[in-house]
Amino acid sequence: MIPRSFEYFAPRTLEEAVSLLGELGQEAKILSGGQSLIPMMKLRLATPPYIIDINRLPDLNYISELNGFLRIGALARESDFEVSPTIQSRYPILMDTTVVIADPLVRNQATACGNLAHGDPANDHPATMLALGASIIAIGPNREREIPIESFFTSLFTTALQPDEILKEIRVPIPAPLSGGAYLKIKRKVGDYATAGVAVQITLNGAGVCHRAGIGLTNVGFTPLKAKETEAFLIGHTLDDATIKRAAEIAAGEAQPIDDIRGSAEYKRDLVRVLTARALRLALKRAKGGT
Amino acid sequence: MAKIAIKVKVNGVERSAEVEARLLLVHFLRENLRLTGTHVGCDTSHCGACTVVLDGRAIKSCSVFAVQADGREILTVEGLEQDGKLHAIQEGFFQEHGLQCGFCTSGMLMTGYAFLENNSNPTDDEIRHAISGNLCRCTGYVNIVKAYQYAAAKLREGGEQ
Repeated sequence: MIPRSFEYFAPRTLEEAVSLLGELGQEAKILSGGQSLIPMMKLRLATPPYIIDINRLPDLNYISELNGFLRIGALARESDFEVSPTIQSRYPILMDTTVVIADPLVRNQATACGNLAHGDPANDHPATMLALGASIIAIGPNREREIPIESFFTSLFTTALQPDEILKEIRVPIPAPLSGGAYLKIKRKVGDYATAGVAVQITLNGAGVCHRAGIGLTNVGFTPLKAKETEAFLIGHTLDDATIKRAAEIAAGEAQPIDDIRGSAEYKRDLVRVLTARALRLALKRAKGGT
Repeated sequence: MAKIAIKVKVNGVERSAEVEARLLLVHFLRENLRLTGTHVGCDTSHCGACTVVLDGRAIKSCSVFAVQADGREILTVEGLEQDGKLHAIQEGFFQEHGLQCGFCTSGMLMTGYAFLENNSNPTDDEIRHAISGNLCRCTGYVNIVKAYQYAAAKLREGGEQ
């Protein structure tokens, strides 16, 4: 399969990339890992006349903690997460997420920032970033701005990024002590999108009561979903069996799945219930120092 | 569309060409350079038959444009053998009967090459995860895992490379 012809640009600086994007407008597509974009171009689901390849921009491949935030640069590959000591030791939820995306060969190219910018509700990082309360740093011709993740996914395959903006960085607040998270995904086989996925990030106080909860849902709606009612319910509760059971039911109610090749809406809703309970238990264990 | 000049080091040899931006890396290797050991299988980035090593990382060459490889280094299955001697991973596939039809083999070899560079003492489970992006419809993977273990043992002995 051969994509439609396009004009190719490989800028060497971020300024050049932003200015090119400003000139070429919304017909231009940014190429980072390309593991969604290139297959779409081959299938001619996408036929952009201009490609701006950002892979040659310097200083965008980083995953590091600085000034209270974990910062993930636009060119950090999924496989970089798997070998990052910071991720391995302090962000098990991100490790959970990375290792269930596509396959190891795709992960050698694919980027986490691209996973968000693509705006696909079936992608995995969106739910995790919703749970973590991340924000997006977008750079445009005149300014850099920070977009809270909960207002980033506006509709199917559409994000809050403007046509002249590039997603430069994901910023995750460094979790407070007594925090734990987990991402669980059910898929039919390696490389498949989620039938359903649930990301949970909680913080306990000294008495073991939940005082922060973030929950994101994968592929059970037209956008990645933030399970706000479930989050609100958890706050102020000790995560005992009854609370977890109730929270899982609320999360299932917040899912908006449809029948498709991966299963019926009813089945997916039940998966959200089961995965929410499991992810809460694992997050709780991790918040208490377990693995 | 104007063609773009690229220079790529393939199996240690500097190659230059003028290519269309839309030319996929796998087509560049097979059609421009006539290195047909790299296969096109599914063409939708599922099967891994097109796997090559780009700057040390195994990637699917059907999902990368040739222009993206400009100034970079590629290793294909043709580059594994050195001075008439098979690489340990190739020898492993030979000794352990790691192939039947052979279609997936070049991809399996390239994934294995990059994997063993970073992990020369893998568990079977780690190998199975490593090859989860490479599909084989003949072997049931059992002998492929054995082939990787054979190569790992050989590399640990320092017998190759």
